[in-house]
Amino acid sequence: MSPEVPSDQGLAAYNFAYLDEQTKRMIRRAILKAIAIPGYQVPFASREMPMPYGWGTGGVQVTASIIGPDDVLKVIDQGADDTTNAVSIRAFFQKVANVAVTTHTKEATIIQTRHRIPEQALSEGQVLVYQVPIPEPLRFLEPRETETRKMHALEEYGLMHVKLYEDIAHNGRISKTYAYPVKVAGRYVMDPSPTPKFDNPKMHMSDALQLFGAGREKRIYAIPPYTEVVSLDFEDHPFEIQRFDKPCALCGAENVYLDEVILDDKGGRMFVCSDTDHCEDRREHGHAGEMLARQEAAE
Amino acid sequence: MSMSARALSGGFSQPVFDAQAVFRLMMEGMSRPGTIQTVNADVGQPSPLGRAAGAVALALCDADTPVWLHSSYASSAVARWIAFHTGATTTSEKAEARFALMQAAVGVCSFDLFASGTQEYPDRSTTIIIEVEAIGEGRPLALSGPGIKEQVMVNIQGLPGIFDGSWKSNGALFPRGVDVVLTAGSRLLCLPRTTKLA
Repeated sequence: MSPEVPSDQGLAAYNFAYLDEQTKRMIRRAILKAIAIPGYQVPFASREMPMPYGWGTGGVQVTASIIGPDDVLKVIDQGADDTTNAVSIRAFFQKVANVAVTTHTKEATIIQTRHRIPEQALSEGQVLVYQVPIPEPLRFLEPRETETRKMHALEEYGLMHVKLYEDIAHNGRISKTYAYPVKVAGRYVMDPSPTPKFDNPKMHMSDALQLFGAGREKRIYAIPPYTEVVSLDFEDHPFEIQRFDKPCALCGAENVYLDEVILDDKGGRMFVCSDTDHCEDRREHGHAGEMLARQEAAE
Repeated sequence: MSMSARALSGGFSQPVFDAQAVFRLMMEGMSRPGTIQTVNADVGQPSPLGRAAGAVALALCDADTPVWLHSSYASSAVARWIAFHTGATTTSEKAEARFALMQAAVGVCSFDLFASGTQEYPDRSTTIIIEVEAIGEGRPLALSGPGIKEQVMVNIQGLPGIFDGSWKSNGALFPRGVDVVLTAGSRLLCLPRTTKLA
């Protein structure tokens, strides 16, 4: 029923999921308050983790505090399961919590993510944990924490609208393409972490609980399921997501977020799904994009 | 069993895993208000404390969280049980309490004197655990708000009518306000401050 973390392997017998129990309780209390006040940043006593800041120490602490022996963990970095950050964090939890891991979005109960939301719509039993570098959406407009606190307290978000307006004045459109600010449940303006704005609509009325952890900045915030998440915009400049001219070169998927891959030094390039699991799943089901079809024809 | 023996008995049999499981019920309950969660772990709580209320206290309270107790709890082994198992101090100042344990049968006090946080830090508020007669039967309540698709109906027995008014004025304080956990025996149901009663 309760698998112990093997103590004869590795250097030391850590507590389950690395953190000590008092730290977990502190983080758990912060998570509950964060859920009760959607979009509000709860300060917490972030711990030093065995990885550098910027590698997802906030997300790791949130995951460590919620994870149990029956959970199935998926970790993605920019949509991919096989990049250094994702592989290290997955291995970390395999070692310190002995949990099952997966790369399949559907099978996971907890998905820790850096900068993407999976293409596959999330379901009720799932929790999405975001790694957040800078949780304060107003930070680049107002560097003082005392002031941004006050702005959130007074629901004074004029500065953000001025910033978006200036974008339009300079560039003819809102040029922010990632970490695009949202308003949660009609109250708090929130930074969705540096996900592409393509993913913003997925946060709105999601079936899954979304938790955000910022380790260096010591903040936790949350969006409960079925909560209104609106990207800020203007009536005459409505919010728009990125569009891609071509489908994924490997699986032929449309309406997904694509990464550009440089193929040679003669200007060759292809666009492929950023969500590797989604792409692999489609290919297994017989979908083939332009590159894959060409490759098969050559063989 | 003597009062001091009752205070020392019980607790989680597997503190790490039981605390995690109870927290997940709370997290699920807070993010989906109106869903009924059931605590399976036997925590051996002294009467008149219910199992769910006892488990939540064990999972979330520690030396950092002063606890306020209703008179019926304060005069029983409950105060010492919580002190022994969690290390939390009890306080008679409602505004200092991070958690409060109430029994609806004794009466639900107004939320006004509990900590509701500040406009800058609305998270610094009391979480109030109220033991009612039953969850899943009794007076119907319609809940709506974040975490609820449109509306969800729940039945609560033993929650006095005065609660509805207090809850409405609590909601008007948003983002400040208290959060409530209703418990009945091993069942619990969460009402974060964003939930509206109709």
